[in-house]
Amino acid sequence: MKRWDAIAALRPLLGDALVVACNGMIGRDLWATGDRPQHFYMIGSMGLASSIGLGLALSRPKRRVVVLDGDGNVLMNLGGLANVAAARPPNLTHVVLDNGTHASTGDQKTISKGVALEEIARVAGYRTVHRCIEGEDVAVAARALFSAGGPAMLLVEVEPGNQAKPPRVGIDARDLALRFREAATS
Amino acid sequence: MVNGPGSHAEPFLALLRELGITFATGVPCSSLKDVFVRLEREPADRYVPAVREDAALGFAAGAWLGGRKAAVFMQNSGLGVCVNSLAQLHVHYGIPCLLVVSWRGYGGKDAPEHLVSAGVMFKILDALEIAHETLEPERMDAQVRALAARMESERRPVALVVPPGVFE
Repeated sequence: MKRWDAIAALRPLLGDALVVACNGMIGRDLWATGDRPQHFYMIGSMGLASSIGLGLALSRPKRRVVVLDGDGNVLMNLGGLANVAAARPPNLTHVVLDNGTHASTGDQKTISKGVALEEIARVAGYRTVHRCIEGEDVAVAARALFSAGGPAMLLVEVEPGNQAKPPRVGIDARDLALRFREAATS
Repeated sequence: MVNGPGSHAEPFLALLRELGITFATGVPCSSLKDVFVRLEREPADRYVPAVREDAALGFAAGAWLGGRKAAVFMQNSGLGVCVNSLAQLHVHYGIPCLLVVSWRGYGGKDAPEHLVSAGVMFKILDALEIAHETLEPERMDAQVRALAARMESERRPVALVVPPGVFE
């Protein structure tokens, strides 16, 4: 499965969830599916999407928070994953799109092949984890995870590679942050 | 003001509460131990002990995006860990945050690694254009109020640098 097809399949399931997308191609893929105020596109500060998601989930406990993350980002901040596990926010779903590469810098390999990130999450203390393997219906797996108690991790195996011309996030960062904060608190 | 253990930590945390700064996170320093011993009594949604200082910045950013105001406590060695997160997250997106940074290496009297961190601390803050005050206990109220007002009006991180002895 292509990464952007997985994101497009997840998009209709998000409802009014607050979504934090990591830097690189994942945020751009999400932007390409259609912008909305409940999206926070993290540009730069690689590794911190799950940490932003944790602060958000603790601060808005009645809202569902979905982190759209990548294997490179999770590996860069594995300690942050332990912080999510320790805090155990029930409203946090952590989706990891694992293509085994750093897509936005030229598809260089990460070390996720052979490192089961969802197992690290489970052992650390995530309540529910699932690896969505190639050929499995990602929407079915996501529905199950979204209804499970958090913190939950859905790791989705996706192929390396990028869309032909993925659009860049076309909104000023300061405006985006304020717009998201208003969506999160309204 | 009464001198003695925790004499400045208690009014400091009360002031943060009064200013609506209700989310705290960070990595401990012995120079901040009177603050941390109090933070550890807070409920889990008000204090998150962070694995690293940059992760703490992520939690604080998320808390602000969720409608709260945040403070991040760290040793000055942790400021180096935070450079990219401060630049690309808080400064870039205009996310306010009160950094409370201990001044290890103060006066040149400390372990050698702390002298190195002390030597670059203000340069890092200035390079990131982060307004900072060095805490003077008798001026604490005015200093913290001014920093808190500035982080809100300018939507930027600000820093309170804490010399040894104030919170320990």
